[in-house]
Amino acid sequence: MTITDSPPRAGVRPVRRRRSSDRGFNRAFRWISHGAGITILVVLAAVALFLLWQAWPAITAGGEQLATSVPRFPADTSLLAYVGPLVFGTLLAAVLALCLAVPVAIGIALFISHYAPRRLAQLLGYLVDLLAAIPSVVYGLWGFLVLAPVLTPFWLWLNENLSWVPLYGGQASTTGRAMATVGVVLAVMILPIITAVSREVFLQTPKLHEEAALALGATRWEVVRTAVLPFGRSGVISAAMLGLGRALGETMAVLMILSPGFSYSLDILAAGQHQTIAAYIAADFPESTGLGINTLIATGLALFVITLAVNMTARWIVSRRKEFSGAN
Amino acid sequence: MSAVTGTNATDSSARTRALLTAADPGRRRTDRIMQGLIWFAFAIAMVPLAWLLWTVTVEGVGRMSIDFLSLSMRNIFGGDPGGGIYHAVMGTLIITGIAALISVPVGILTAIYLVEYGKGWLARSVTFFVDVMTGIPSIVAGLFAFSLFALFLGPSVRMGIVGAVALSVLMIPVVVRSCEEMLKLVPNELREAAYALGVPKWLTIVKVVLRTSVAGLTTGVLLAVARVIGETAPLLVTVGVTDSINLNPFEGRMMTLPVFTYRQYQQGYAPCPAGESATCVADIAFQNAWGAALVLIVIVLTLNLLGRLVNRWFSPKLR
Repeated sequence: MTITDSPPRAGVRPVRRRRSSDRGFNRAFRWISHGAGITILVVLAAVALFLLWQAWPAITAGGEQLATSVPRFPADTSLLAYVGPLVFGTLLAAVLALCLAVPVAIGIALFISHYAPRRLAQLLGYLVDLLAAIPSVVYGLWGFLVLAPVLTPFWLWLNENLSWVPLYGGQASTTGRAMATVGVVLAVMILPIITAVSREVFLQTPKLHEEAALALGATRWEVVRTAVLPFGRSGVISAAMLGLGRALGETMAVLMILSPGFSYSLDILAAGQHQTIAAYIAADFPESTGLGINTLIATGLALFVITLAVNMTARWIVSRRKEFSGAN
Repeated sequence: MSAVTGTNATDSSARTRALLTAADPGRRRTDRIMQGLIWFAFAIAMVPLAWLLWTVTVEGVGRMSIDFLSLSMRNIFGGDPGGGIYHAVMGTLIITGIAALISVPVGILTAIYLVEYGKGWLARSVTFFVDVMTGIPSIVAGLFAFSLFALFLGPSVRMGIVGAVALSVLMIPVVVRSCEEMLKLVPNELREAAYALGVPKWLTIVKVVLRTSVAGLTTGVLLAVARVIGETAPLLVTVGVTDSINLNPFEGRMMTLPVFTYRQYQQGYAPCPAGESATCVADIAFQNAWGAALVLIVIVLTLNLLGRLVNRWFSPKLR
């Protein structure tokens, strides 16, 4: 009996030992930290679900019903036609900011990674990061009270002399509360994130590539052009998309600077033409009730979907790049 | 014959040397121009930073006084130059504090999970979605918190705790990212030494990994707090506005510094009749806005500086 019993006992032993190392606090701690990780996924799913749940009444309601209970809802249109100009304004502001910010951000990233004195580089990086630390409401205040009056003569000059360019047409605003000013402020606000990501990528350029270019007699700019930029291209693209995501969701600067309007106009110097989703929600939410709130949350859902798509694409490019750079 | 080839050789070698040592003027010019442009790009970025900090300091410092920091705006109307931001400062501290209480444990535990336990698809998707979460627009976080509480308390809910939940949605991913980086810096030898001594895993994490990286974690948390303390839009949607002091985050509207700045900006110029010019200041709202902006920027910059210094002074020297 004892002889037949002993082999299974020997087989049980290591299992028991493994259990004893995963007992009590050890197991509790493992479960708690797993739980925290899962919480992140749950929160993101909850954001999507709760927005959808609150937006549902507005999505299912007919145009007439919305027109009677939502202020500023034009008669005989659908929810889609109502959100359309807002989406257009949001994209216009973000693309404008991106066009202004990306070249400058690449320049700054190159400056910090390859041009600045080595000892100063880190400090200068902090200075650029400080731009991200300044609250958006302060950007809004500064943009409205200080920057807009300074930029207005320049916008008026553009409007007068270059009005044949599609963007500069229309009746230019004399207060500077136009999309062009918003674009400049948003560009400043998204500079730090684009700079930070591109800087990391530029610093990862294989030293051998740079030294090979130098050995062939390349000047510093030629090193950058032939070794650094091709290596960092996908990183810069994803950095730009992260910046785009930031610009799409920016609320206060737009709300405080832009004079709102609802049209598909391209005249970025004109006032009262555009509005972005985020600024529209922030402006109207405190006064809304009932179906009005549902409609605002539906527009917020549209913003969430757009930014989620942009950010996921950007992160996907970054993570795909990581796999390749391991080979270098 | 030999003389001719000799002169030819010296001639061509001189030319080759000239070609090799002196840069082509066109290429050198391009190099210089690009260098200039890249320095210029950096200068361009510094202009708004310096300009903004300068403006806020100059415009805001005139409003600073003990009264401004210790009074609320209750019963202050029109161009009355009285009142202050005490209610807004307290609201900001309370709401941000609760947001930190929610997001710091979740954030650090998630970072521990990713560094110490994370394997397979769950870890990969948590990493990916943490990155995606950093890009959630702040107003959407506000709408989410509002929807969550409206489910239980009806659509007119405005409380400090709702704002804190909204802020923690924005704060958790930032905490996770920075703490993950810090935990990764802890050398594996320390963990292995602890395991070799028979220390269980959880105790290794608490006593070795967290103890080693505590300075880095503090920095991460401080920078995350600095990031959300200036958020306006989610608080505007979830907490509302008030002119009185409200220290209870579970009941009623609260004021916060960024929202206060926005409200004062919104009020614009006060109508001042000619007769009572002594007690009426037309642009008092903008002065209040600049004053609150200055206090906010001082808080944010102090947190940033403190974060960097903590990391520099207290982190163990690994090399």
